Amino acid sequence: MSLPTYREVLFNPVFNNNPIGLQILGICSALAVTSNLKTALVMSVCLTMVTGFSNLFVSMIRRQIPSSIRMIVQMVIIASLVILVDQILKAYAFSLSKQLSVFVGLIITNCIVMGRAEAFAMQNPPLLSFFDGIGNGLGYSAMLIALGIIRELFGSGKLAGYTILPVVNDGGWYLPNGMLLLPPSAFFLIGLFIWGIRSWKTSQLEQPAFKMAPQVSNKEAY
Amino acid sequence: MSSQKESTARTLTVALLVCLVCSVFVAGAAVALKPTQVENRLLDKQRSILAIAGLSKPGMSANQIKELYQSTITARVVELETGTYSDAQDPETFDPLRAARDPSLSSPVPPEQDIASIKRLERYSTVYLIENDGELDTIILPVRGYGLWSTLYGFIALKGDLNTVVGMGFYQHGETPGLGGEVDNPRWTGQWPGKTIFDQNGDLAVQVVKGGVDPRSPNAEHQVDALAGATLTSNGVNHLLHFWLGQDGFGPFIRNLRAGEA
Repeated sequence: MSLPTYREVLFNPVFNNNPIGLQILGICSALAVTSNLKTALVMSVCLTMVTGFSNLFVSMIRRQIPSSIRMIVQMVIIASLVILVDQILKAYAFSLSKQLSVFVGLIITNCIVMGRAEAFAMQNPPLLSFFDGIGNGLGYSAMLIALGIIRELFGSGKLAGYTILPVVNDGGWYLPNGMLLLPPSAFFLIGLFIWGIRSWKTSQLEQPAFKMAPQVSNKEAY
Repeated sequence: MSSQKESTARTLTVALLVCLVCSVFVAGAAVALKPTQVENRLLDKQRSILAIAGLSKPGMSANQIKELYQSTITARVVELETGTYSDAQDPETFDPLRAARDPSLSSPVPPEQDIASIKRLERYSTVYLIENDGELDTIILPVRGYGLWSTLYGFIALKGDLNTVVGMGFYQHGETPGLGGEVDNPRWTGQWPGKTIFDQNGDLAVQVVKGGVDPRSPNAEHQVDALAGATLTSNGVNHLLHFWLGQDGFGPFIRNLRAGEA
């Protein structure tokens, strides 16, 4: 089996194999933290770090992990890293950690982290796994940042806290779209992104699982 | 090789080692970062107290906040039921929110009285005083209560007459951004200063009203316009103010303070 190159593992997940866009993983936090750009950015950095390092450590001990407890071992490593990230945020970015609240802790359950540890790090050397983790983190980040920009700009007229479109409530002219601030709007946006990516890169289109039969005429029904 | 890797002893050893290494890292980080975190939490609280009392400007550095807080604010512990200052707790270390979870320092609030949905009420609470030449200039009272999704934690600052609002605001909540979350908007909190909480008879009159405050109404000085599109958050603010300024909250303390007996 030939190993993928560093370049491939780092940049493929951004557009060709986006964890949110193609694998549809990590949706929960993509809905929850993207109502403004700042939290989306911090979340992206946290997840990228956790995925990268959990892949690195899992891959380092991959030959020692007995297969019967491999998931638990991965989980312990991921959970420790997430707690570490959470503690660091609380110490050095207190107001942001207040806004992100439980979602940093919930990185533990983010399918991207576990998915990469199980699917990639268990079979590949440490450094390559590390870059694969960073790459998938970047793919997740790209999607989160895009969502954060759209939701904050059109939902509250700001970007990273700076007013771009002065909203009516503050005496401006822009009537913000309140729905964009609510989590379901991220679903619609992710759907539109997936549509966009798949129209651009048609290789991502899935074959339909079944074909509809032609319309049954009422002659056949009787 | 593979049979050796899968043996029970081997499995246990790997599990134990992984746990050991991870726990050392996690515990190490928790212990090493604890002082910074505690300081952050304290600073955050001091910052919001100063902001609500109208003393701080945005963009002040951590040291300026600390200095200003230490030079202007005195914390005192109050026993809620009797409404008097108490020395049973140290105001520097006493945490009313933790006390509310401690059965020996709090009691459940009967549902019919619990308009702010706080469930448990601490016996002691901390108030913050700003004194000017021995005269009470401003008093800042902690308030909390349930909105739509979350408990709102905040402060209300009153002038020395214990009636006029200096400022009101929340430092922690989880209301819908853009709707209930607008309780943070300075344009909304800016309506509070100057309002009075008691009417001529000494009854609680402060109120968040829907549809705008009619300036001709005799109650206009007690009323604040509700948040657009956030009825439940507005009701929550109303309830929590009525609870904390009422008989079960700081009511007895305010009465004593006015009579000069606190």
